[in-house]
Amino acid sequence: MFRRTIVAAAVAAIAMPGAARAQEAQTAVSQQSIPAYGRKPIVPEAAFNPAISLILDGKYRNLEREPDTYQIGGFIPAGGHEEDGHGHGAGPGERGFGIDESELTISANIDPYFTGYFTAAVTGENEVEVEEAFVQNSGWLPGFTIKAGRYFGAFGYQNEQHAHVWDFVDLPLVHQAFFGGQFTDDGVQVRYVAPTPIFLEAGFEGGRGANFPGADREKNGFNGGGVFVHVGGDVGASHSYRVGASYRKLGAAERTYDDVDSAGTEVENAFEGESKLWGLDFVWKWAPDGDPAVRNFKFQAEYFQRKEDGTLAFDLEDATGLGTPSDSYSSKQKGWYVQGVYQFMPRWRAGARYDQLDSGTVDVGLVANGILTAADFPVLAGHKPKRTSAMVDFSPSEFSRLRVQFSQDKARFDEKDRQIFVQYVMSLGAHGAHKF
Amino acid sequence: MNRFLALLALALYLGLPAAAAAKIDVFACVPEWASLAQELGGDKVSVYQATTARQDPHRVEARPSLVARMRSADLIVCTGADLEVGWLPVLLQTSGNRKVQRGQPGHFLAADFVDKLEVPTVLDRAEGDIHPQGNPHIQLNPHHIAKVAAELSRRLAQIDPANAVYYAARGEDFQKRWREAIRRWEHEAAGLKALRLVGYHKGATYLCDWLGMKEVANLEPKPGMPPSAAHLASLLSSLQSQPADAIIRMAYNDPKAPQWLSQRTGIPVVELPFTVGGTPAAKDLFGLFDDTLARLRKATGR
Repeated sequence: MFRRTIVAAAVAAIAMPGAARAQEAQTAVSQQSIPAYGRKPIVPEAAFNPAISLILDGKYRNLEREPDTYQIGGFIPAGGHEEDGHGHGAGPGERGFGIDESELTISANIDPYFTGYFTAAVTGENEVEVEEAFVQNSGWLPGFTIKAGRYFGAFGYQNEQHAHVWDFVDLPLVHQAFFGGQFTDDGVQVRYVAPTPIFLEAGFEGGRGANFPGADREKNGFNGGGVFVHVGGDVGASHSYRVGASYRKLGAAERTYDDVDSAGTEVENAFEGESKLWGLDFVWKWAPDGDPAVRNFKFQAEYFQRKEDGTLAFDLEDATGLGTPSDSYSSKQKGWYVQGVYQFMPRWRAGARYDQLDSGTVDVGLVANGILTAADFPVLAGHKPKRTSAMVDFSPSEFSRLRVQFSQDKARFDEKDRQIFVQYVMSLGAHGAHKF
Repeated sequence: MNRFLALLALALYLGLPAAAAAKIDVFACVPEWASLAQELGGDKVSVYQATTARQDPHRVEARPSLVARMRSADLIVCTGADLEVGWLPVLLQTSGNRKVQRGQPGHFLAADFVDKLEVPTVLDRAEGDIHPQGNPHIQLNPHHIAKVAAELSRRLAQIDPANAVYYAARGEDFQKRWREAIRRWEHEAAGLKALRLVGYHKGATYLCDWLGMKEVANLEPKPGMPPSAAHLASLLSSLQSQPADAIIRMAYNDPKAPQWLSQRTGIPVVELPFTVGGTPAAKDLFGLFDDTLARLRKATGR
């Protein structure tokens, strides 16, 4: 979302008429060797076109275990495996070489009142997804920013960041387990920054809530929403921080997932009910005298908790011949990660991350009342998924980055997966912003 | 009773200035404009300086503290010409402050009011982090400061018309002192003419243009790219055949590469303040130029 503002401002700078601009254009023209067709500044038609930027993201993956068998043990997965291929969802992605998503962003001021922003992600499977598409007000409500459309949900710190600014190749496990990847929603977001010397921001969101852990309920009004608050500031010249808390509630009508029952039959089960999440996030940055050019350090941690209440239906397709029994379901699960990234010399950074989840308590009515056994719900067995990752990256300029990452992933029930990633992330076009 | 009255009087005395103040809140992106806003606004303005001389203005992050400060600003004074492109647009968007958005009187970009050098004829990122509107480090030519000061005085009067007379008087006083200082600096710096300098980033372009000095090479192979071993080696060989008078390093530049080159060529390194606060003597804009010239003259003996 921060590239948006940059490119919008860049467009504004070009498109905004005014004495100063005209003077500047003349200066620019006079210093170029442009054929003398006249003394008027030459303003190409393209000056009113929106700012465009393109992110190219390519990876090589070496995965010890077959990625199709990837699961985060103890957690209901976010739908089938089809969505897992391109790295934004759960799982490490596919083996070998691949381009994940090429992100094309187009943005501009629409008029003095609105700014528009659009990001299309073209996947390696030749599909186009609308990643973000929203309009927002251009600063005419004191302190308020109102966004409508499709956007990354304001839950925690990392969820609102685009993949190309992530410090690791993939998302933390908490995002993969609780949101099935990066959480986006179609709806309305309102943010307010208070006029205080310390940074204080609060906001709420309400929307369609169709994405995991929600599921489309085809109803009028909101099917999901949340509130968040962020506080931040500086400590001396060298330190700055932001802490945040988020809450979100989503409804799910028929949220299906695949499992294998105790007899080895493949079944499709469905959850219906309510999913409530809350999270805490913390980011702390250090740079000597506040100048990150040579050395800097970034610490980041988030803790998520999710509570689900509703009913669980077993075997929707009746593959087992038991009918489709259904009874209560409730779970309380949690997870967290910490990571640190240190730039030890210009262009070079090294980082480490540790993820841990706890499948917590899961009460399945169908097991409690004796109709089925815990062995019929193997995905829901108790587990503490863990993952350790280390990465080194090199950025020849602020527009290009090369990265190597090693992970030891213990998300599956009893198998360890050693993963090696080699990645490039490069951006063309409009200048990116340095978001905090 | 008397003590109570005394306390009451003290409370009033302490409380009144705050209540009556209603100063103009100025958010200055870089130290030179903070200093200028303070010179011109006097006690009618409260200036927040977003960055220090130790920070590379290209590389500042849109920290939460900066968002909070911009939220309540009446006027932002920044350089423009894309110097702050990596963070200013984020602050403008996130803070949601109508008064300082582009096109409003509270949005003041200094580079809009001066002629810029090194305007690229071809925009290609293969040339490094170039700025489409030209070199944005405009502050080291004092004639630029005079032009920006005149515009900023007018802008302060526009935002705070009740004190227009005050700003006009302060502006006039500043211009008078500044003209005298320029005369003095140009006299003192006469010997610096045709000096051959090795720069770090293209931070001294306007200083060279003002004093007739020549920037013969830069430690950065291309703008925004840190000095590489290969580039330093080629600089070394070219400087051995065609020596320069000084290697200049701005306060925020990493000292390693200049030192390395100096040790091998015998060319002295001059640390320049670059902006207000960059050296202990550069306490204000006058000190910035006093110290810049003094350091150049001392190192080169001219």
